[in-house]
Amino acid sequence: MLKRLVEAAAAIAGHGLVLFVRMVTAPRAIWAGIEPIPRKRVYFANHTSNADFPLVWAVLPAFLRSRTRPVAASDYWLKNRLRAFFGRDVLNAVLINRDRDNRDPEEDPVQRMIAALDEGSSLIIFPEGMRNLTEDPLLEFKTGLYHLAMARPDVDLVPTWIDNLNSVLPKGEIVPVPLICTVTFGRPIHIAPGEDRDIFLSRAHAALVALNKGSEE
Amino acid sequence: MNGHAEFAQLFTGLVLALLGATLVAAAIRRWWTGPPLGSENIIIETVFARINAWWAMVVLLSLAALFGRIGIVVLFAMISFAALREFLTLTAKRRADHGVLMFSFFVALPLQYVLVAAGWIGLMTIFIPVYAFLFLPVIAAMRGDSAGFLTRIAETQWGLMLCIFAASHAPALLALDIPGFEGKQILIIAWLVIVVQAADMAHFITPRLMGRTRIAPDVPHSRTWEGFIGALGAGVVVGTALAWITPFASWQAAIMALLVSLLGYAGGMVMATIKRDKGVADWGHLIPGQGGFMDRLDSVVFSAPLLFHLVRFFWTSV
Repeated sequence: MLKRLVEAAAAIAGHGLVLFVRMVTAPRAIWAGIEPIPRKRVYFANHTSNADFPLVWAVLPAFLRSRTRPVAASDYWLKNRLRAFFGRDVLNAVLINRDRDNRDPEEDPVQRMIAALDEGSSLIIFPEGMRNLTEDPLLEFKTGLYHLAMARPDVDLVPTWIDNLNSVLPKGEIVPVPLICTVTFGRPIHIAPGEDRDIFLSRAHAALVALNKGSEE
Repeated sequence: MNGHAEFAQLFTGLVLALLGATLVAAAIRRWWTGPPLGSENIIIETVFARINAWWAMVVLLSLAALFGRIGIVVLFAMISFAALREFLTLTAKRRADHGVLMFSFFVALPLQYVLVAAGWIGLMTIFIPVYAFLFLPVIAAMRGDSAGFLTRIAETQWGLMLCIFAASHAPALLALDIPGFEGKQILIIAWLVIVVQAADMAHFITPRLMGRTRIAPDVPHSRTWEGFIGALGAGVVVGTALAWITPFASWQAAIMALLVSLLGYAGGMVMATIKRDKGVADWGHLIPGQGGFMDRLDSVVFSAPLLFHLVRFFWTSV
């Protein structure tokens, strides 16, 4: 009974969240080199704001949204009950433990992501591993994307550039300002057999940066 | 509100005209294959998109008018909001500008329209050019980030002036006290929008039907003598024909329409230059097929303050 109530509340909150994000940022999805069809995918995006997840989630069509799970840090999303409700119940996030030294082996982030993919979900990940607060458009990638690509080489890795959200809600601000955001989905990449880790990661990095340049034109 | 008869006539006329335009455009799209449309059906598609936008304008303005002055003020406040969002999305800003942006959206915009609704014309005409102008850089300077400071402040202030201040002069017409025209001021707003849209449309169509002679070698391809003269001509003809809904005599309506079309044309040109500077084709994507609010309303925004002050100077009883 309680579970039903939580599910219903989560569904309503999910619609509310999408509506709110749409009203504030009037977001537009640009599908440049890939179509919004229900395939198993990993959307890897630049990360500048806590609203990145809700934004990507909101611009996905509803039939993709219900099967797409963000991969997020449990220390942030389980900090209080409200965040836990949004993180776990509304966004249905794959929560991972960033504390490399004090986690169980079964909490391995890559294993968690692979398990979610195998259940049929698509994922949204931020391969920079943290929010980018520098002037640099995109930080170096962590190795998670590589391990994911090695473990499930057939899954589409979709570069996803989020533009302008750092102006809507910069770090440390509470009130978002209503500027227009775009989310550009680029041509998917796959790992080549025997491809070197660093080469693959720099190729993925370049694919994402290229979308930024593209959206400026 | 008085003026029900004129309003009803205008509304009926507009609906019939749009109905006619929609049918004619549909017929041309369906059957006309000869020149000049044969190869260039961008004309008819653009005309269609504009006709749809005009339907939206007629419906929105009429709905707002049902709620009287408050309805119109709220409608224009919402248009200002959409335009300001499109504008400030493209202007220079940094993280330190969050306070400036919050002030623009959540203080300057509502306050300006409260002044318009209250009819405090004195304060309305100086609030953004004087007080916001002086206050905005203070909020920004307090954050200490000096990189590109003047550019950031100037571009933001420009957005406020255009999207809030200039746009709010259209609903401000309702606050004017015109002897013999009480309660009918909304018809002047309708007249302004119709004249400007007619001029805009003619500016788009005439060069495509009559050829292109560029106004100057360095201006873009779309700025032609044919378009310029077509725009002014269409504006004057439509504006004069609609003199009966305004407090103007026919010859006065012709002069006013000429000025409004001229300003509207200039406004379109200025906004197009800004778009090229920022490297975008359209201001936004809210109206399908024709970009953002700003793409459709730039000319109205530029001509509203002039119309407001001319009407205020020559027709009100102060």
